[in-house]
Amino acid sequence: MSAQSATLKSKEELIEKWSKPEVISGSEMLLRSLLLEGVDCVFGYPGGAVLYIYDAMYGFEDFNHLLTRHEQGAIHAADGYARSTGKVGVCIATSGPGATNLVTGIATAYMDSVPLVVITGNVATGLIGTDAFQEADIVGITMPITKHSYMVRDAKELPRVIHEAFHIANTGRKGPVLIDIPKDVSAAKALFQPVTEVNLRGYHPTVNPNRNQVDKMIRAIEKAERPVLLVGGGAIYSGAHEELHEFVTKTQIPVTTTLLGLGALPTGHELHMGFPGMHGTWTANTAIQNADLLINIGARFDDRVTGKLQGFAPNAKVVHIDIDPAEIGKNVPTDIPIVGDVKTVLQLANTLAKRADQADAWRAQIQEWKASKPFKFQDSDTELKPQWVVSLIHETTNGDAIVTTDVGQHQMWAAQYYPFNKPRSLVTSGGLGTMGFGFPSAIGAQMGNPDRTVVSINGDGGMQMCAQELAICAIHNIPVKVVILNNQVLGMVRQWQELIYDNRYSHIDLAGSPDFVKLGEAYGVKSFRATNKEEAREVWEAALRHPGPALVEFVVRKGENVYPMVPQGSTIDQMLMGDSE
Amino acid sequence: MNTKHTIAILVNDQPGVLQRVSGLFGRRGFNIESITVGASEEPGLSRMVIVTTGDDHTLEQIQKQLYKIIDVIKVIDIGSSPMVGRELGLIKVNAEPSARPEILGVVETFRAAVVDIGPNSLIVQVVGDSDKIDAMIELMKPYGIRELSRTGVTAMIRGAR
Repeated sequence: MSAQSATLKSKEELIEKWSKPEVISGSEMLLRSLLLEGVDCVFGYPGGAVLYIYDAMYGFEDFNHLLTRHEQGAIHAADGYARSTGKVGVCIATSGPGATNLVTGIATAYMDSVPLVVITGNVATGLIGTDAFQEADIVGITMPITKHSYMVRDAKELPRVIHEAFHIANTGRKGPVLIDIPKDVSAAKALFQPVTEVNLRGYHPTVNPNRNQVDKMIRAIEKAERPVLLVGGGAIYSGAHEELHEFVTKTQIPVTTTLLGLGALPTGHELHMGFPGMHGTWTANTAIQNADLLINIGARFDDRVTGKLQGFAPNAKVVHIDIDPAEIGKNVPTDIPIVGDVKTVLQLANTLAKRADQADAWRAQIQEWKASKPFKFQDSDTELKPQWVVSLIHETTNGDAIVTTDVGQHQMWAAQYYPFNKPRSLVTSGGLGTMGFGFPSAIGAQMGNPDRTVVSINGDGGMQMCAQELAICAIHNIPVKVVILNNQVLGMVRQWQELIYDNRYSHIDLAGSPDFVKLGEAYGVKSFRATNKEEAREVWEAALRHPGPALVEFVVRKGENVYPMVPQGSTIDQMLMGDSE
Repeated sequence: MNTKHTIAILVNDQPGVLQRVSGLFGRRGFNIESITVGASEEPGLSRMVIVTTGDDHTLEQIQKQLYKIIDVIKVIDIGSSPMVGRELGLIKVNAEPSARPEILGVVETFRAAVVDIGPNSLIVQVVGDSDKIDAMIELMKPYGIRELSRTGVTAMIRGAR
């Protein structure tokens, strides 16, 4: 108790120290403002235009900065930190190439509504527009992929801009906000006065729903014979998992959660049908297609979920709950729109909701489907199957790890064979589908969750897009467990070329990749390889026991496909079942 | 059904705000027939008027997407109310001295104005709704239009609102 109050006091002292109004440089204002926003870790990479900012960090012990080996690693790490903690992720890069190296990461965060504050340096204001060394119009370049952006032209504006940026990033529909700071602005001295209020005339997200609309939804539930809840990332981002659980318990409506919604409701819940869409469960897809009421809770009807839009949920009355009004009716015509924060909407709905009484036969039908059509694969005693490896990871981490994935087949297997029980446990690039995201995002997730096991599941392709960040894990002893499911091929592209392009395998062979064990060891990360089940279990358990970072390469079967699969352009009940047929 | 819509957008007078708005139209495949920007009644705010074509679904998406821009304060679908829409056109037309009386006759009928007279050309200024400008252009064509410049429509809802 006394220790705790001592820390609290010191925190207060720190805040007092940081908020002290005094004449300081723009760079110091930036650092102090970040600290006052509660930032405990920044990922970044220095360069010419941010030299003043990095100079201000020198000897500033309160400020924690992690030097990545590439700006892309920095922003994906900030993203993993944000997704796994719910706090705003922060990264810093210099002007020009430093800033443009962030673009993929900004787009990744934008597509999945992840709160980031991205700080870039720029050339001095007098040089802007002259094609100066390392000049890039990063505000212009990123306009379509940021929620908002600032070019700061006066150091006095910095405290306000930073406070606004954090507010915008982490309220409403969350997203990345970019702050571009010219070099002379980070150098200039001005009186620092912390800003705690936000006055943005053009920004008022609708949090509280229209009561009439919620009533309409409740009446629709009472009448529905075949209701389905489609739950997306919005439920997790608004922190609504408990409200969702209560809503499901009260209404007894079967649930499917999108890839980004996994963990919003424990996957083992008896009403959980798994995730829908291109590689989702037979039950979830079939239920959506047969539903007479589809309640979308914080999902955006992405094409990987809906398949062919004409013919999606053809018989369903559609309710759509979303904080972003522009999502409602964008892809799927909506009968009952509810604009509001998912948590707030569900809190209200929970005071009114009753059991969907007309849906008993439907619930029985769903249980029958779930029992007869689970995810299935043909196991092997001679080759390692990637699905088996994911199951092994699940079993040995008690289903309690934070799992980050890259993009491709392994991503789908992770979603299929690692049943998530808690929100913010799956960190994956759903919207943009960014290869290279999986491993660096795990570094951020571990920084934000020092007490949890963080497993990063990657393919042999994506791992090579950001492998350089192994250095960070080794240097700072960040105990991420890096899994590489090595099938020596770009597996998802191979699968499409096999099934849709008549086995014309074009430029997918990754033979000649480095020896991943040697690669890991070269960076100082304990590394293992497994080629059969016995080795797999042994080395994986050793990796988990190892107190620092570890890398495990699982050599898995090359020709394995992800099933079920809804071919692009088909409705989601047109599933290829593959092995599981 | 695709129809013409006139939208007024009140925006913060910030660097890049035109790019934010026009970029949104571009990347989401919304059409811009004309765009005008200028000061509004309130210091610090500008008013844009955009004429676009699209069906009702597109119009709804345009308005919702515009509201997501932090610098956008208000979006008004002017076309859904009785409105005044005005455009200005400058037409430089061939006009040998012998042809001038005829042209001046047209100009007078349209309540347009001649704002410059050259040795063998005139600049005609015409103000009105887009149809009127179109009609004026048609009438000037036989003389030979050398240069044409239109401002695009600016507009307001009629009455007290």
